[in-house]
Amino acid sequence: MKKFRNPLVAGLVAVAAFSLVSCAKKEVKMTSSAPTGNELLVGEVGSMTGGEATFGMSTHNGIVLAFEKVNAAGGVKGKTLKLISLDDQGKPEEAATAVTKLVTQDKVIAVLGEVASSRSLAMAPIAQQNRVPMITPSSTNPKVTEVGDFIFRVCFIDPFQGTVMAKFATETLKFKNVAILRDIKNDYSVGLANFFKETFEKSGGKITIDTSYSAGDMDFKSQLTTIRTKKPDAIFVPGYYTEVGLIARQAKELGLNVPLMGGDGWDSPKLKEIGGKAIEGSYFSNHYSEEDQSPHVQKFIAEYKAKYNIVPDGLAAMGYDAAIVLIDALNKAPEMTNTAIRDAIAHTKDFQGVTGMITLNEKRDPVKSAVVLKVADGRFKYQSTVKP
Amino acid sequence: MIEFIQHLVNGLSLGSIYALIALGYTMVFGILQLINFAHGDVYMLGAFIGMYTSRLLHLDQNPSFGALCIALLAAMIGCAVVGFLIERIAYRPLRKSPRINLLITAVGVSLFIEFSGQLLFGADPKFFPQIFQIHQEFSYGELKINPLQMMVLLISVILMVVLQTIIYKSRWGRAMRAASFSHDLASLMGIPTDRVISFTFMLGSALAGAAGVLVGLIYPKIEPLMGVMPGLKAFVAAVLGGIGNVTGAVVGALLLGLSETFLVGYGYPTFRDALAFALLILILLFRPNGLFGSKRTDKV
Repeated sequence: MKKFRNPLVAGLVAVAAFSLVSCAKKEVKMTSSAPTGNELLVGEVGSMTGGEATFGMSTHNGIVLAFEKVNAAGGVKGKTLKLISLDDQGKPEEAATAVTKLVTQDKVIAVLGEVASSRSLAMAPIAQQNRVPMITPSSTNPKVTEVGDFIFRVCFIDPFQGTVMAKFATETLKFKNVAILRDIKNDYSVGLANFFKETFEKSGGKITIDTSYSAGDMDFKSQLTTIRTKKPDAIFVPGYYTEVGLIARQAKELGLNVPLMGGDGWDSPKLKEIGGKAIEGSYFSNHYSEEDQSPHVQKFIAEYKAKYNIVPDGLAAMGYDAAIVLIDALNKAPEMTNTAIRDAIAHTKDFQGVTGMITLNEKRDPVKSAVVLKVADGRFKYQSTVKP
Repeated sequence: MIEFIQHLVNGLSLGSIYALIALGYTMVFGILQLINFAHGDVYMLGAFIGMYTSRLLHLDQNPSFGALCIALLAAMIGCAVVGFLIERIAYRPLRKSPRINLLITAVGVSLFIEFSGQLLFGADPKFFPQIFQIHQEFSYGELKINPLQMMVLLISVILMVVLQTIIYKSRWGRAMRAASFSHDLASLMGIPTDRVISFTFMLGSALAGAAGVLVGLIYPKIEPLMGVMPGLKAFVAAVLGGIGNVTGAVVGALLLGLSETFLVGYGYPTFRDALAFALLILILLFRPNGLFGSKRTDKV
């Protein structure tokens, strides 16, 4: 008896230790030489590794493209822009550590990132405290920019995104009963689900069941079985692509043949790969569509393809937009001080980004349109544009 | 009623996956009294070996039972080698040290595999090729059963019986039990204890490898950290059934799968992971030998 008790209790301690130890820090430094007087240092925090690695990598690619273009054209006021990229492995606590390093050690003039709202929310208070302007490319949760006057974004926010999908569901698809399956660990998912629910119910629809999962789960059949008994017209799953693919597969296995609906967190080529046939016929809202024929979109796609040999996803476009909004502000700012840069970003008006016209309002959020895409024939097909 | 039975089926299939992983856990513990925390990561390696083998041999272009067997075999052999190396490099030098050293080393090995996996395979989730498909689905009205998952349940039970036979009926099994009783005494009796322990590790790791491939097939999203949670859950399942006990591991795993499914299905999805660890604490407090914590294990 005694023989067994000790290792088991020790094992329990080790289980607890696991979660602590696995937060080891890791950084991806793209550049290493010391800053000189001819360089402007800009920091970036992203999930280059971890479950949502395509988010971080796409955004990074977009930012690098923008920086290379401006440096090739002579830089900002004769100075070269230098990007210091740190990896947060998709963990909020790592994002906080990374941004602290960027503002205190590297003394960057501005920070770009993160994609996920949970991680931007971990970063924002630190940037705000140190009065370093931060632009998040694609964190859509409204709370992010509410942190303070140094925090900006270039994407639409979830109240709008939720409205877009709720309207699309009621008006275009004529759905009456929708089930919600949200990722309870994720600020973005919880927020988006709430806004969707609000608008959908206001438009006369009914949320038949509102249940949840946690990012990292692999089995969703219990939730889906319960959802099946409510016979919804569709399931709103505002999570990330990592889980949505599996959810789609398991829904089909249970004979739940209804479309799924979601938000920009679905935007990754991996969604189609993991979801396979099961994800076909589902809808999600996004920042841009690669099928958009506007010249500025097509120009961006051509340049991106020339450099990386793949078609940019929405997050790459957002990364690019965040970078060019910052570059535009740096060009306009009378001097390179925190407040001057901050003011210049805040005055961004009618700025043509890849993902639309960007005008920042007094809450430091842009007002811009969203697109609805449908997964069909292994592609993200453009359905409609919804203006705010 | 259909809903209830569907939950039952879901729970059994989830439990059978925990069971596959728990079997290796419990066997290594039964022989060595070592909780091999790297077990969940060996399972992850099994999934990746299965994926790379399938890609290399284009097994997904011609899905068949043979393709599955090739992938399983590759993963089991690969993981057995990994298990052998882990034991040889990390655990054997510590054979004479206090048990806590071994335990900490096990955590270290686990982290080492997880993070080298991220370096080697990349941290983003990968799609596991569909190398085996059963188009025939069992359904009774709304009740849907994934035949693949029932197969996993069957495999777990068969493996349980096979392991039980190896441990209690074969010469190797007797040597394993003897080595577990006392390394020194066993070697005095002419039992090659080092080889026996290596064999145990390889067997346990091969099981984890097989689990990796089967899980990859059912949940086709694999990533380097996929072993962490299932590994911990399987550990809980093994403790629940009485760690060191092969039958207990399977029963514990099925119980855990069922209770998770019912908890989530009937309204408390947020408590899914909390349930497993609450069970672990309760079992350790009130019945540290587990449900099947038999005297037999103790004698061993």
